[in-house]
Amino acid sequence: MVKLHVNGQEQAFDGDPTMPLLWYLRDELGFTGTKYGCGVALCGACTVHIDGEAARACITPVKDVAGRSVTTIEGLDPNGNHPVQKAWRTLNVPQCGYCQAGQIMQAAALLATTKNPSEAEINDAMSGNICRCGCYQRITAAIRAAATGA
Amino acid sequence: MTPVHVTIENVSRRGFLKGIIATGGLVVAAEFLPARAALAAYATGAEKMPGGVVTDPHVFVSIDPSGLVTIVAHRAEMGTGSRTSLPMVVAEELDADWSRVRVKQSPGDEKKYGNQNTDGSRSMRHFIQPMRQCGAAARLMLETAAAQRWGVDVAEVQTQNHEVVHKSSGRKLGYGDLAAAASALPTPSPDQIKLKDEASFRYLGKGNVQIVDLFDITTGRAVYGIDAKQPGMKYAAIARPAVLGGKLASYDGTAAMKVPGVEKIVVIEGTPPPAKFQPLGGVAVIARNTWAAIQGRDALKINWDDGPHGAYDSAAYKAQLEETASKPCKVVRNDGDADKALASAAKTVSAEYYIPHLAHASMEPPSATVRVADGKCEAWAAVQSPGNTQEELAQKLGLKREDVTVNVTLLGGGFGRKSKCDFVLEAALLSREMGGAPVKVVWTREDDIQHDYLHTVSLERIDAGLDQQGRVVAWRHRSVAPTIAAIFTADPKHESAGELGMGLIDVPFDIPNLRCENGEAEAHTRIGWFRSVSNIPHGFAVQSFAAELAHAMGRDPKEVLLELIGPPRIVDPRKSQNVEAFPNYGDPFETYPIDTARLRRAVELVADKAEWGRKLPPRHGQGIAVHRSFLSYVATVVEVAVDEKGGLSVPRVDTAIDCGFAANPERIYSQIEGAAVMGLSLARYGEISFKNGRVEQSNFDGFQVIRIDESPPITHVHIVPNGIDVPSSGVGEPGVPPFAPALCNAIFAATGKRIRRLPIGDQLAT
Repeated sequence: MVKLHVNGQEQAFDGDPTMPLLWYLRDELGFTGTKYGCGVALCGACTVHIDGEAARACITPVKDVAGRSVTTIEGLDPNGNHPVQKAWRTLNVPQCGYCQAGQIMQAAALLATTKNPSEAEINDAMSGNICRCGCYQRITAAIRAAATGA
Repeated sequence: MTPVHVTIENVSRRGFLKGIIATGGLVVAAEFLPARAALAAYATGAEKMPGGVVTDPHVFVSIDPSGLVTIVAHRAEMGTGSRTSLPMVVAEELDADWSRVRVKQSPGDEKKYGNQNTDGSRSMRHFIQPMRQCGAAARLMLETAAAQRWGVDVAEVQTQNHEVVHKSSGRKLGYGDLAAAASALPTPSPDQIKLKDEASFRYLGKGNVQIVDLFDITTGRAVYGIDAKQPGMKYAAIARPAVLGGKLASYDGTAAMKVPGVEKIVVIEGTPPPAKFQPLGGVAVIARNTWAAIQGRDALKINWDDGPHGAYDSAAYKAQLEETASKPCKVVRNDGDADKALASAAKTVSAEYYIPHLAHASMEPPSATVRVADGKCEAWAAVQSPGNTQEELAQKLGLKREDVTVNVTLLGGGFGRKSKCDFVLEAALLSREMGGAPVKVVWTREDDIQHDYLHTVSLERIDAGLDQQGRVVAWRHRSVAPTIAAIFTADPKHESAGELGMGLIDVPFDIPNLRCENGEAEAHTRIGWFRSVSNIPHGFAVQSFAAELAHAMGRDPKEVLLELIGPPRIVDPRKSQNVEAFPNYGDPFETYPIDTARLRRAVELVADKAEWGRKLPPRHGQGIAVHRSFLSYVATVVEVAVDEKGGLSVPRVDTAIDCGFAANPERIYSQIEGAAVMGLSLARYGEISFKNGRVEQSNFDGFQVIRIDESPPITHVHIVPNGIDVPSSGVGEPGVPPFAPALCNAIFAATGKRIRRLPIGDQLAT
């Protein structure tokens, strides 16, 4: 039995403890905002926060988050109004939108520790998140906007 | 007379009103036989597509008593914005307040909604006119209902932002008050309908409407194919033959069945090629969750019988393509006598270009959930062509079309991959095997990259001859590439007319002796549509070679490009010899001719905006390319910097697009920005290669795509302004083809190194 918190609620899982957190969130808990993209931490679509830090849910076994606190896109802000989410909407970032939850979670984790990131810091933090539609220039602009409150 | 069936039903809106408090009550909906009469200022190929065109507002528009307008989106959403932009067209003509409009996704049903195949950059191009007609008809019905209520002539009333106003008295009625009466009216005939003046547009052409899924996307609520969930749903992962036409020889599922959560192993029969959209076959593991299914699949021990394509080897195939291109091939366009002109030319220039297979690698891999029970089938799937998916499911399962429901989710990217419904058919077969339990099939990234309908692989050879004055007097282009037609017919050998017409035989150059040839090539893997299709290799070769000619002449590439294009005129490939057909992307040539004035204007505009020829820092270079595809004209200037070690960066991109009337400029910007990223991905890294019949790459390590740190920091998009009378043309795809040649032309300008083989990979390393 693995006990953990997901989006502020206590959860207990008695299935395969080696199951990646990604599939536990999606298939067992129904938090489908966290996406599958590669399964091997190459694309960032599955990015969640574990104790506030960005992590790839696809390579994190459930047993590794025992006693820890997981936040998914659904729990980032109760009204969906985290500054990063708002900036994403203001600047019309998404195209297909599939990778955006991972992008937003990664960006929110960056801004939590780096209040006004440089371009190099944005690139460094975000280069693990692939967007096949190619929304990158708007992602950069949205992170800047969220950082400055613009 | 059109039979009319009016029904009043309580429509549940929870599927498309997430997070919004809906007013309750009855929604008045009516069901009419679709009116197909078109109020078109110009002809398109839309009528000839399966399902054709439907414009009846009873099909697309409903209004509840509170005035909430629901508009049906009948095309799939994969990131281009069509799910927003087409309803926006309806709302414009309906004179609706966009904040009181909701969008509802239609299921697959082309008889009811018209063509739904969201592919070929056709959505706005084929449906801006029908959706305008639909919205205008609904507006007239509301006006008529109001006039009847007031007992006045309909000419005395007009709409004004979600209300109908009696002009002389100032009386007003909201759309909600009129919905019931309006819905009972017959659909106005086209000659009764009056479209809005362009000057009064509030949304069309403005770019002020945000995509309807924006909030849901940014909060994780948006539902994609992979997110479907049904009661009692099972999860499946499938081991498929790695080689085209490979068959299952034997398997041992003992270890797979021991994986906790695995419930069943099912063999899926493959279809020998050409298999169209049929599943590849293989062994499916069905489990209680995705993880167990994948674990079980990976534990299968399988022996495959590879068959004849087991020898497919990309290096050997490339040599074969080169050999074919070294000799005369089938002539597919001929003007003058290129061979003779080449033989007598003062100078000749020749080059060969190689463009490998590419994988779509949409961020959401193919995924579908299907339930087949009680003689009915219901699917929840990320498909570009829900109408075709409905037909294919019905055929595969032996059901009537109307007993098959295809619910269309959002697509996490499509790029042409999700036009093929093989993955939906897989889920359907498995549901039947599971006694009617819904089954979700998830393709892993490895599945996606190794079993894709790949972009073709091609060898392009161009020979040109210059006269004493340095004018290009001869052009001979040989294209050799396996064709998409190979998934439909056995061994077609040559590119189809559609593929040849994507930048080969429609080359718009003003050269007296011009010949295009197409060599034989056999397909050893599934070839499919990939964003921009054959325009990628053809455009890369033609536009790279134009710059090579400029270099040979010692002249400016932009000036030579304009000289090759020649004076403003209409180029009609059908007037050349040996052209069997020129489909022009399925649209009438008269509506969408090849207009070199527009091609030239795109070049001039982008050159001006990018400050072509400005002084650049050392090791920087600019490159230019222009290409007409999907009936739009796109020119790109790429600026590169190449450091001493060969490190490549792209500090700036400028792209000019002339896509006729720009219905939603904001989404055109995003498509063109994205096209630069996809163009850079394919140019730098894009390659799927085969060894022993098998794809050598499996995930984003082997098949790399551009990430944020390598992306152009900014792509400036310049839309050529056009009025509503200029037919809207493609947007989703045309941005891609000019990027790679512009990039490689810029690399040449910066370094003197000419890239003729994609991807660039380590070719710049010193």
